Amino acid sequence: MTTVTFSTILSSSLLQWSTQSHLALHIPDGFLSLPVSLSCWVISIGLIALSLNRVQSDYQERAVPLMGVCAAFIFAAQMINFPIPGGTSGHLVGGTLAGALLGPWAGSLVVAVVFIVQAVLFQDGGITVLGANIFNMGLIGTFGGYYLYKAIRFALGRDTWRGMLAGTAVAAWVSVVVSAVVVAVQLALSGTVPLGVALAAMIFWHILIGIGEALITVVAVSFVWRTRPDLFFDPPRKVMTAAYRVR
Amino acid sequence: MSRNISRSRNRAFVIAGLGVALMVALLLSPLASSDPDGLNRVSEDLNFTDREVENPPAQQLPFANVFDGYALKGVPAGVATPLAGLVGTLVAFGLAWGFGKLVVRGSGSSDRD
Repeated sequence: MTTVTFSTILSSSLLQWSTQSHLALHIPDGFLSLPVSLSCWVISIGLIALSLNRVQSDYQERAVPLMGVCAAFIFAAQMINFPIPGGTSGHLVGGTLAGALLGPWAGSLVVAVVFIVQAVLFQDGGITVLGANIFNMGLIGTFGGYYLYKAIRFALGRDTWRGMLAGTAVAAWVSVVVSAVVVAVQLALSGTVPLGVALAAMIFWHILIGIGEALITVVAVSFVWRTRPDLFFDPPRKVMTAAYRVR
Repeated sequence: MSRNISRSRNRAFVIAGLGVALMVALLLSPLASSDPDGLNRVSEDLNFTDREVENPPAQQLPFANVFDGYALKGVPAGVATPLAGLVGTLVAFGLAWGFGKLVVRGSGSSDRD
């Protein structure tokens, strides 16, 4: 009798948990050990401090409204979970998008704002693991994703849409898969789950989720490429310099 | 003259960009898949969902009285998520703008309308 009630409660609360939660790569409080979350805080705060410095020296005031727009779009897009085969879903994380648009420095500040709003206002992603979430879903994209996109784009032709397309698509996909690997490692280091199974499961799903990340990133980037290519941190040379970048 | 043109073009871009974000939050959020996503699914398959703490710090914040996840409390279920999305998008927009304004050197002194 009691077992029946207990299991009913358990299954209904699990059902509620799985339908309400919007995790994607958002780690909740409790999944990471204290040393792992603290290390992530240190890394994230260090990179954000570096970004603050570079934004101060490298950007002009015209970048400010764009930072607002970029944060608004990434926040909104993160709410839209797209289904992937196998009864799972994913959503944009946006690090590579922010990096390609605004450069790694302003891009990093933008993604940090998004994850702070999600954790503080909407209980999405734990507050004690916010440093990890900012690093995993934001900074891996704004730094790693940005430099990979730039290398590919500049190799294929800085001024060509082909270079832009390949650079942003590949970097967006790779950054999501790398993030999944990093999350698996953090979970394993925390003693939450063994590394092997965590890696296999995380990579399996995020190979698919990364395709969605690449598609949305390409759509957003193509809109800016057609309307205001001067707003890229690395604009095509025919429009000379970025509208907001200090030379 | 050309500065005025570029300023109004910038403003048009910001309005269009924010408009797209608000449309996404308001109109697409009800269509979002409710399937468990990446890490969520993995934590179910590998049986570590119970590691999540029961009363996370965010639940102790006053905002938890206003929002239950991405759902505004006290309004019909059909509009709870779009309204939460609307608020969140505007807060993200305003915070990133304000943060940028604080950080970017010379903000407020040059380039005024």
